[in-house]
Amino acid sequence: MDSRERVLAAVRSAIHEAGEPVVTRNHDTTLAGDPDLVELFVERVDDYRAEVHVIDEADLTLRIGEVLGAHKVNSLVVPADLDGAWLKTTHARLVHDSEEVTAADLEGIDAVVTGSAVAIALTGTIILDGGELQGRRLITLVPDLHVCVVRVDDIVGSVPEAVRRLNPTRPLTWISGPSATSDIELNRVEGVHGPRTLVVLVVR
Amino acid sequence: MTVGLQPQPGVKFLGMPPFPEAARTALGDEQLRRNLGHATSTIRTKRLNAVSELADWEELRISGASIKDHTLAHLDDYLEQFAAAATAAGATVHWAADAEEACAIGVAIARQHQVDEVVKVKSMATQEIELNEALEAAGIDAWETDLAELIVQLGGDTPSHFLVPAIHRNRHEIAEIFTRRMGEVGRAAPDDLTADPARLAEAARLHLREKFLRAKVAFSGANFAVAETGTLVVVESEGNGRMCLTLPEVLVSVVGIEKIVPRFEDLEVFMQLLPRSSTAERMNPYTTMWTGVTPGDGPQEVHIILLDNGRTRALADRVGRQALRCIRCSACLNVCPVYERVGGHAYGSVYPGPIGAILNPLLHGVADEHDAALPFASSLCGACYEACPVAIDIPTVLIDQRAEAVREKASHVGPDPERVAMKAAAWVLDSPKRLRFAERIAIRLRGLIARIRWLPGMPGGWTRSRAVPPIPEQSFRDWWAQRASAEREREEPDGQP
Repeated sequence: MDSRERVLAAVRSAIHEAGEPVVTRNHDTTLAGDPDLVELFVERVDDYRAEVHVIDEADLTLRIGEVLGAHKVNSLVVPADLDGAWLKTTHARLVHDSEEVTAADLEGIDAVVTGSAVAIALTGTIILDGGELQGRRLITLVPDLHVCVVRVDDIVGSVPEAVRRLNPTRPLTWISGPSATSDIELNRVEGVHGPRTLVVLVVR
Repeated sequence: MTVGLQPQPGVKFLGMPPFPEAARTALGDEQLRRNLGHATSTIRTKRLNAVSELADWEELRISGASIKDHTLAHLDDYLEQFAAAATAAGATVHWAADAEEACAIGVAIARQHQVDEVVKVKSMATQEIELNEALEAAGIDAWETDLAELIVQLGGDTPSHFLVPAIHRNRHEIAEIFTRRMGEVGRAAPDDLTADPARLAEAARLHLREKFLRAKVAFSGANFAVAETGTLVVVESEGNGRMCLTLPEVLVSVVGIEKIVPRFEDLEVFMQLLPRSSTAERMNPYTTMWTGVTPGDGPQEVHIILLDNGRTRALADRVGRQALRCIRCSACLNVCPVYERVGGHAYGSVYPGPIGAILNPLLHGVADEHDAALPFASSLCGACYEACPVAIDIPTVLIDQRAEAVREKASHVGPDPERVAMKAAAWVLDSPKRLRFAERIAIRLRGLIARIRWLPGMPGGWTRSRAVPPIPEQSFRDWWAQRASAEREREEPDGQP
């Protein structure tokens, strides 16, 4: 008998009298009341000490340029499909994501600009799924600054609403503020391995 | 009779003494008690705030517990479904009945890629099977990349908490360890390193960055494994998880068979329960979910090792199987008055605290003195049950495991003084006549008993920390009989005035 058969046989013999436990799902799937999702999302992202701005679509290019300038960004990586129009106001050296770009290449890059798939207001979470305007996972991981554009239509209220929008076959990254650790005397320190600075631009 | 695959009993974490002895040593360490007291009280308050924000917290607990119970009752089907889905998505699924098999599979994969080092995301399962030691024996360095695990590894130490494994170290100790050890295994700590937590985190970032960029093979565990899709989930804070799960060419994940949830949608429950219970946040900074191989993005060779190692033994225990609901949040550690005082090392296992006190005996049985002592490492106050996000009734399982430990001892130890005393007590309490006789003797000797300060021999263990209770002047039954006859006299006016 191979290990698979041995484990499965042991499981079967352990549960033969386990019965049929009933699954009860009475938790909320949406937010109570009718909160302003944009306002709540912004408040919650801010709680993680991320930088967050609500802007108009027309100002997006300008505001990206301002953020990159304010953070003194000299080099920038973006997903292959990111609209060149977003980047008209920056003079940073530009790298487009492709399979040839390695983590070592990204090590010298100051920032990354991406879009996002879904955002959760209640928890201030942004979810990337490698889809439109998001690129491969490593480009949002190695550079020290992540500028992430969130469209108000992609903001949902609760965790269940977000999970139901996701496609599990895609590689998913949930981001709630900049990377952090509480490993030293339980003091929260922002910025260990991921981008130490997260800037969220919420586009109306 | 127990069913299922069992690891060797008596496999000890670090050859530590059993709990009572280890606890005595730990209690004498004032620095440890200060660090623990500060850390656990901070996180307790934070957790209460995080939990009170959700009006449906109790409903979420019930959803979480019932989804896990349902999964466990059909675990064979869900495991096969998971393996099929993950394989279809490009992963290679391996099965391991015990730690030895799991380590052998892991080492073989690393060898196949001819690496002499691998990076690791913090994982309880890989600690449980002592994967690092197995890799080391094969000449492969396994670098822990979680900040606390790095502190533990560089300090030549062992973890004492599942969430903050270096909870027993303060910032000054950490700065000293980094300065002394980082240079020996890679990029040295900066010369001007201070004990400022931000500076310490920066030193870890620089030290580990070169390892992440170089590593070909990474090892991880998983918080959840979704049967319908074959998806694995790793919940983390620092980004070291994302580094390990994204940058290397080969990823090996060791997954306990109890990590399965049936549907992707079930994550909506656990992604609320886990962050709020563990780090007391609305959401942890980073969560990665991956399904097999994504062409062009992340590791292109993905292995999953499904691990039993005693889990089917626990699953066969009707009372104890609920321990397999555990999502390793560590809320029970932080609320436990015993853990708060003795810390994690005294439990002598990678699983400390209240959950460890039931999980270890359930996984290994109670034949070994370490495992047999753990169900007694509790005051049965019940704080753990209340804090548990999947409602594991730890006190009830503790009592059941105590009974198991007593039965186990009785099965191969001859009559010992404790059993003789218990038998004698049972004989006396079994008959009203004998009880009355014993009470009368005790009352006659009450003056003498009141003067006892200590007892010799085995009962001395009891008098060392307790006073002998005073014997009342009268037994309850005598008092009751007297009171009843006095009342009768009042009700009968014909009697004495």
